[in-house]
Amino acid sequence: MKVLVAVKRVIDYNVKVRVKADGSGVDLANVKMSMNPFDEIAVEQAIRLKEAGVATEIVAVSLGIEQCQETLRTALAMGADRAIHVHHDGELEPLVVAKLLKAIIATEQPGLVIVGKQAIDDDCNQTGQMLAGLLGWPQGTFVSRLKLENGKALATREVDGGLENVELTLPAILTVDLRLNEPRYASLPNIMKARKKPIEKRTPAELGVDPTPRLKTLKVSEPPKRLAGVKVDSVAALVTKLKQEAGVI
Amino acid sequence: MNDEIRRSVAALCARFPGTYWQDLDARRAYPTDFVAALTQAGYLAALIPEIYGGAGLGLGAAAAILEEVHKSGGNGAACHAQLYTMGTLLRHGNTAQKDAYLPAIARGELRLQAFGVTEPDAGSDTSSIATRATRSGDVYIVNGRKLWTSRAGHSDLMLLLARTTPKERVAKRTDGLSVFLVDLRRAQGVTIAPVPTMINHATCEVVFEDVAVPAANLIGEEGKGFCHILDGMNAERILIAAECLGDARWFIAKASQYAKDRVVFGRPIGQNQGVQFPIARAFAATEAAALMVAQAAALFDANGACGPEANMAKLLASEASWAAADTCLQTHGGFGFATAFDVERKFRETRLYQVAPISTNLILAYLAEHVLGLPRSY
Repeated sequence: MKVLVAVKRVIDYNVKVRVKADGSGVDLANVKMSMNPFDEIAVEQAIRLKEAGVATEIVAVSLGIEQCQETLRTALAMGADRAIHVHHDGELEPLVVAKLLKAIIATEQPGLVIVGKQAIDDDCNQTGQMLAGLLGWPQGTFVSRLKLENGKALATREVDGGLENVELTLPAILTVDLRLNEPRYASLPNIMKARKKPIEKRTPAELGVDPTPRLKTLKVSEPPKRLAGVKVDSVAALVTKLKQEAGVI
Repeated sequence: MNDEIRRSVAALCARFPGTYWQDLDARRAYPTDFVAALTQAGYLAALIPEIYGGAGLGLGAAAAILEEVHKSGGNGAACHAQLYTMGTLLRHGNTAQKDAYLPAIARGELRLQAFGVTEPDAGSDTSSIATRATRSGDVYIVNGRKLWTSRAGHSDLMLLLARTTPKERVAKRTDGLSVFLVDLRRAQGVTIAPVPTMINHATCEVVFEDVAVPAANLIGEEGKGFCHILDGMNAERILIAAECLGDARWFIAKASQYAKDRVVFGRPIGQNQGVQFPIARAFAATEAAALMVAQAAALFDANGACGPEANMAKLLASEASWAAADTCLQTHGGFGFATAFDVERKFRETRLYQVAPISTNLILAYLAEHVLGLPRSY
């Protein structure tokens, strides 16, 4: 079975994000970029499926600017077999990403698609679900445990209030959560091998998708600074404040 | 390529946080798990050619690996010599020796990370070593005493410099020295005793009493050992300089973060120029040293002579890391002395590099004499 994983290039999780002075977006100049941590978990899961003899080939896909190829090299060094880069210099919204992935899936015909549950830059948490909708495939989101058997995926989902077990008929879309696995780091021999693995280049036009954004970003601003709190000397004073000042009771 | 290496080494090091190193430091214990992880991931075989099973990369890649280890808060001294000690064997060993040892070193099954040069009475003055190797049939009989031999207790093989012709019978004092590969697993008469030190560094005294080393283990030409180890020393200096850069970057990041977060008199301490200027100065010194390290590594990889650059890289980087260490400790105030902050440990660790693998004064003497043509001062 072929497994397709989608990986996004995002600001490294250790970097403290700064908003540009003109409020047009987040400052990306000279900022360390890495693979979205949830997508690393997706790649790791695909590799484990291959090591277990369930998957036969892993194809990593990334969409965006030229440097997305670095992210793909990371996926290849971890253990993906080949990669596809859909080159586009502008912004890509989740619906466009889902349409592009759908077009790639039409030619690649994977038996399973694994993506991170969300990207840590825009926190959209939409691509996997939209992709499942466009394809009409079953989806398992926020997966923290996974088992594949007899053409089915048994997935445990992390939902509010507990864990939910679902059974999906393959092919299916999985969006993966933090506790599914701990991604590996690449070994030096695998980094060397990854340099020789192919990265196929595509464009939205070739895939028949219009990448124009449907949304316009008006302004990006930092969250307001948290103000210092006050101490109250009695429960009665607290209740009064909650009633009169905060207006919550 | 080096970016990818840095990313992966950083991810590996993230599994060995400050608490891991603090615990080892308190027990003066060897970082076995960390060394195993780095070995298994192939990073210590970076410089070994691909025909022997290594990655066949240049010194720039090895520098990136060690810098990243130190930048992450760890320390590469427990295993960095596994990267470069084999260089003497690679460049001066014969085919049989290379075929016998390099593949196993590349696989991580054989550790060659001890190099016996310094003695109780001969450190920088290498030509005055008293350890003797006397040919007797198919073997050399070795007698002598080595000191500050790092990792001798954690190495299967040891590279040994010994005098094979007495100093008074050679034309140049650096002639008559020879390099041997000693198999510590089999050698009879070798006593290894760890020397407790200020830092957690597996350094040892190694005593040789009538140790028979097969003549087949002579590396290169008898009497030309000093020349054979010189290029390896340049590699060592460049890589140690890379570790200093990693240390400096760790100290600068740690100091900057603390100076932003720590609020005294109602504002972050980093708002005071007395706090921020030393950090900025250490940063500038580090970036300048980084250029010299890159230049030295590039020259080494291009097979160019890099003696001055390798020495200057080590000088500048070790001074930058020490300035950054001192600044970081001062920025942290009392908390800098608490082991949980890692600052005091890294502070002690990075101090070593102005003494080893060569002292600052010897570098200055080298530059003055060999680059500037000034009279020899010692």
